Amino acid sequence: MTTLTEVPETAAARENPARRRRRVDRLPYLLLLPALVIIGVLLLWPLGQVVAMSFYRLNSVRQLRGDREWPWVGLGNYTDILSDPFFLTVLRNTVLFAAANVLLTMVLGTLVGLLLNRLGRKMATFVASCVMLAWATPALTGTIVWKWIFDDTSGLVTWLFNALPDGLSNGLFGRSDWTGYGWFNSPLLFFAILTLVVVWHSFPFIAVSVLAGLKSVPSELHEAARVDGASPWRVFWKITFPLLRPVFGILIVLSTIWDFKVFTQQFVLAGGTQDRPTFMLSIYSYAEAFSPPPKYGLGAAIAVILTLILLVVTGFYVRMVLKQEDES
Amino acid sequence: MKKVALNAAGLLVALFAAFPVYWMISTSLKPSSEIFSSTPQPVPAHPTLAHYREILTGNLIPGVSFLDFFVNSAIVAVATVVLSGLVALLAATAVARFRFKLRTSFLIMLLVVQMIPLEALVIPLFLMIQRLGLYNTLPSLILTYLGFSLPFAVWMLRGFVAAVPKELEEAAAIDGASRAQTFRRVLFPLVAPGLVATSIFSFITAWNELIFALTFINDQSRYTLPVAMTFFFGRDDTNWGPVMAASTLFTLPVIIFFLLVQRRMVSGLVAGAVKG
Repeated sequence: MTTLTEVPETAAARENPARRRRRVDRLPYLLLLPALVIIGVLLLWPLGQVVAMSFYRLNSVRQLRGDREWPWVGLGNYTDILSDPFFLTVLRNTVLFAAANVLLTMVLGTLVGLLLNRLGRKMATFVASCVMLAWATPALTGTIVWKWIFDDTSGLVTWLFNALPDGLSNGLFGRSDWTGYGWFNSPLLFFAILTLVVVWHSFPFIAVSVLAGLKSVPSELHEAARVDGASPWRVFWKITFPLLRPVFGILIVLSTIWDFKVFTQQFVLAGGTQDRPTFMLSIYSYAEAFSPPPKYGLGAAIAVILTLILLVVTGFYVRMVLKQEDES
Repeated sequence: MKKVALNAAGLLVALFAAFPVYWMISTSLKPSSEIFSSTPQPVPAHPTLAHYREILTGNLIPGVSFLDFFVNSAIVAVATVVLSGLVALLAATAVARFRFKLRTSFLIMLLVVQMIPLEALVIPLFLMIQRLGLYNTLPSLILTYLGFSLPFAVWMLRGFVAAVPKELEEAAAIDGASRAQTFRRVLFPLVAPGLVATSIFSFITAWNELIFALTFINDQSRYTLPVAMTFFFGRDDTNWGPVMAASTLFTLPVIIFFLLVQRRMVSGLVAGAVKG
């Protein structure tokens, strides 16, 4: 494509860039202006606004429209939340869920990445295409399908458990008839299924990224190590992992951010915002703000807490990306 | 032996990843008797398009058909794509073609704003939409999704703009083209494939979004497809055949678009971490 137009090496060509630079100094800012306005108005301003709202008692839409006063409560919303034992449940749910999901996604994603790197060409293409399907499926429909798979009458999982020999099923779980079993009723089981859904959605990105990283590692290194008799486990920790450390760093941070704010999957799996024992921060904030009676101020305070947690994680991410931009 | 084990593991992964998608399509093609039978059929024994017919001719929610929601979603997504592509192209040109004082700050800001938990912005954006009088309108969603898709669009497009050799524009300038002409006749055609890729991401963002659409739209006839589907699906005694047919129709465009651009997704997100 570079040869599309030959640039004549004339005096004019050599002078041109310099002359242009002096003249159009303001142009880049003009080009940036629309993007800056949109990001400012639609992302940064609301971010400030959510903090501001968290200091008020806002319990009606009329207050939001500006028809009624906003009573200032200072840190009142925060003390309300932090002194409520339920907040601890929510925080525990959020942190444990994120930790479990990041761990499982990273392990499964890395294993699949390593596997794709070892498979023959045809097989690798086939497996990668299937993995892409999971990635491409929208969170909404992916979750709906999983809910169908766990349906309590005709779902595949219910059928599978019914198909177990009665003795075995009784011995293991204390029941042999699984028809009508509420897979989503106990919080622990709910979180297990939510984890399955989220990991299914998010491991492809890790796998593909790890695979891309592996392709950039010279294969001689691995071969040399294997010739020297190193076990696959040692090869991974001594060669692959150190070389891909920056990739892993970014993937872990991105996964952490994503898994901390899971919403759609939980909303669909729980069928709305009524299942309080399984609340995590993002759905808690939403439910407080929008389920009647609305408490926008309280919801905003929870959103701020979530944002602060993610801000710390983001700090790590930006530092990592900038370090790599410098290196490349 | 080892090869067999690897291939077996590969098949297992493929099965886990693709099965739900297969099951969605397969269920959508089964007559209800097969769907609700006590032994599931792996493959539809008597494939039928009845559920699709039901979805496309009947009403998903009383008074509103699947196609109405489809159109709502399409309007929102296409408007988002056009606006976001245009603004992102301008900004990407600025960042990729010029060295100016605030360039690095702008790039850092792009990275940081992508990390803002959008879920935390529902409440303040709801306030803004109420104040602007946009509550219960499709433009409220277009505006919201424009903000959400823009940072990634700029981040991704800047690579495409930077890949176009500067000399081409300089040559055009020497030939007497104005800056606007250079942009339109030289840069734009060369960046177009990148613009398509970027647009697909904006499209998927807007097409899939649920929370804001759930919050900003009150009138059932203005629901986007995801909101309509949660309502349709959330009723008691879910009728899985039509639900799976609707899910399939909602999912297929996304999968097709996604497969076209997935390569760039990785490079965009892992920004420089993976070389080559």
